[in-house]
Amino acid sequence: MPRLTIPRLAMLKVENLSKSFGGVVAMRDVSLDFPSGSLTAIIGPNGAGKTTFFNLISGHIRPDSGRVLFGGADLVGLSSLQIVRRGIGRAFQVASLFPSLTLRECLLAAVVSHFRRSWSMLGRFPPPGAGRDADEIMALLGLTAQANVLAANLSHGDQKLLDIALALAGKPKVLLLDEPTAGMGPDERWQMIGKVHRLWEAQRTTLVFIEHDMDIVFKIAQTIQVLKYGTVLASGTPDEIRRNPDVIDAYLGTDHRLSAAVGAA
Amino acid sequence: MLRDIILAAAALAVLLLLPVLIPHPALRDFIVYVIAYGLLAMSLNLLIGFTGLVSFGHAAYFASGAYGFGLLMQSGLVSVPVAMLAAVGGTALLALAIGAICVRLQEIYFAFITLAFQMFIHSVILTWVALTGGDQGLRGGIPRPAFLGIDLNDGRTLYAFCAVVFVVCLLIMRQIVQSPFGYTLRMIRDNPQRANFVGVNVRRVKLAIFVIASSMASIGGIVLALFVSGAYPDFAFWTTSGEAIFMIMLGGSQLFIGPLVGTVMLQALNHYVTIYTEHHGMVLGTVILIFVLGLRRGLADWVYEWFQSRNTRRMAVMAAAQLGEAKHDKLA
Ligand SMILES: Nc1ncnc2c1ncn2[C@@H]1O[C@H](COP(=O)(O)OP(=O)(O)OP(=O)(O)O)[C@@H](O)[C@H]1O
Ligand SMILES: [Mg+2]
Repeated sequence: MPRLTIPRLAMLKVENLSKSFGGVVAMRDVSLDFPSGSLTAIIGPNGAGKTTFFNLISGHIRPDSGRVLFGGADLVGLSSLQIVRRGIGRAFQVASLFPSLTLRECLLAAVVSHFRRSWSMLGRFPPPGAGRDADEIMALLGLTAQANVLAANLSHGDQKLLDIALALAGKPKVLLLDEPTAGMGPDERWQMIGKVHRLWEAQRTTLVFIEHDMDIVFKIAQTIQVLKYGTVLASGTPDEIRRNPDVIDAYLGTDHRLSAAVGAA
Repeated sequence: MLRDIILAAAALAVLLLLPVLIPHPALRDFIVYVIAYGLLAMSLNLLIGFTGLVSFGHAAYFASGAYGFGLLMQSGLVSVPVAMLAAVGGTALLALAIGAICVRLQEIYFAFITLAFQMFIHSVILTWVALTGGDQGLRGGIPRPAFLGIDLNDGRTLYAFCAVVFVVCLLIMRQIVQSPFGYTLRMIRDNPQRANFVGVNVRRVKLAIFVIASSMASIGGIVLALFVSGAYPDFAFWTTSGEAIFMIMLGGSQLFIGPLVGTVMLQALNHYVTIYTEHHGMVLGTVILIFVLGLRRGLADWVYEWFQSRNTRRMAVMAAAQLGEAKHDKLA
């Protein structure tokens, strides 16, 4: 899949990011680094601020203070439209699709928009050339068989995949996936994460995903960031996180203390 | 596109032949009303059905076309085609100014502000008596000087002219709906936040379709002004917008042709019901209730879905039959 290869310069860095909603501090002075081509998992209990973190990067919410540096430039203050055009793609915790279009139409429309052809009133949809990109992405994620199914009628798993596919249509340099395995059974989770991992290997994009399943996180992430109450509790490789006493106490609980002990033995 | 052009040519042929085959003057009048209000409803459906923008003030642009055209013709300075282009252009500018404010709001607020602007325009028409004739409408008739050898004072020529204008407008709207831009509209209808995050400038696209739909509505107003040789404040009253919404509800919003079906239905209802009863509103209300509660969709959408589900059933039966045959072959 050579045409989908993404340039390697992408690098995302946030500095001293803070955000409160009324009295709730959702993000408190967070500084993180995402090297080009890295695969990072973000974990943390419900309400830790994981989705807020993505919203701050993608321009859905403006931070109270701090910077989001992407390729050296500060993204804070840009609209979400400008940010996606610079190459930050995103999939949502609840799949965000175009329900009345078929899977392939959704994807074609996203590709057309990436080509800056969404204003074209001449010719028919899809314009020539868009089909190839859409088909490549469908093949990459194993969606080809569902091409003509309405997005509203897709299975939950395929809806989550289509959400990722829509982000890929913009050829992002950084891809943010908010709980790609949300609402799935154990087998489906592993299938899904397998596809995400293959996608990352194929494209070497900078990928950040939020995930609750510890087994998955420890298995595939290069780096793990643990969030709690809007702060970074710990950062490191899976092994470092597994042994980190703060993480064990605050988040993983006794079960994982046990499995960490077993893992260490 | 070629298929659409052939269809359009066929539609034009039917429109031109109908009054010849049934030479009743009432039929011609009826069709011209359908053309004028059909353009209003179909252009409104570009907003409601294709973009998810429910405007309650669409008739304002219908009226702006009618008054703009009528006033220009009364000035005696320009020919019919020039006055038409100027009235459409003027409406586009008006819609650009109003739309720029409206598209900042969402859903019910969008609906309300479009309604508010319409009421404002309606009251300007009523109060600026010197220019518009106030509640009497544009008085003294609208002159139709011949241009390029076309004399619109001849009833048949006028009818043919309206039919041609109508079919050209249909072709333009059809093209918009099928173009990449048309799918951008559908994205916005389905999920504006997501559309924004695949790189669509949602507000600007909304403004563009608002201007396009308003310009199309103004052509409906021009046709009506040309035909009745006048323009009336009712054109800009909220009930006219309401009727356009009724037409979409009766005919259906999902198919391109739906609102036109609804226009024919509403015009026919208006026409025949008023002949037989004074309780015209009651009959109309009942019919609309039947559609809303009974079919839960417009007529064209209902028929389309019926055909679709029949096809799926047929395919399922055929597939089952093939499966049965295959089994049979194996056994034999
Ligand atoms: N737009 C908002 N307005 C007000 N409060 C918000 C908003 N978004 C998030 N919050 C609050 O900020 C905190 C962090 O929420 P966030 O959605 O980021 O958590 P999360 O880590 O993604 O949780 P989950 O695992 O449940 O998805 C929560 O207390 C939430 O109620
Ligand atoms: Mg979340």
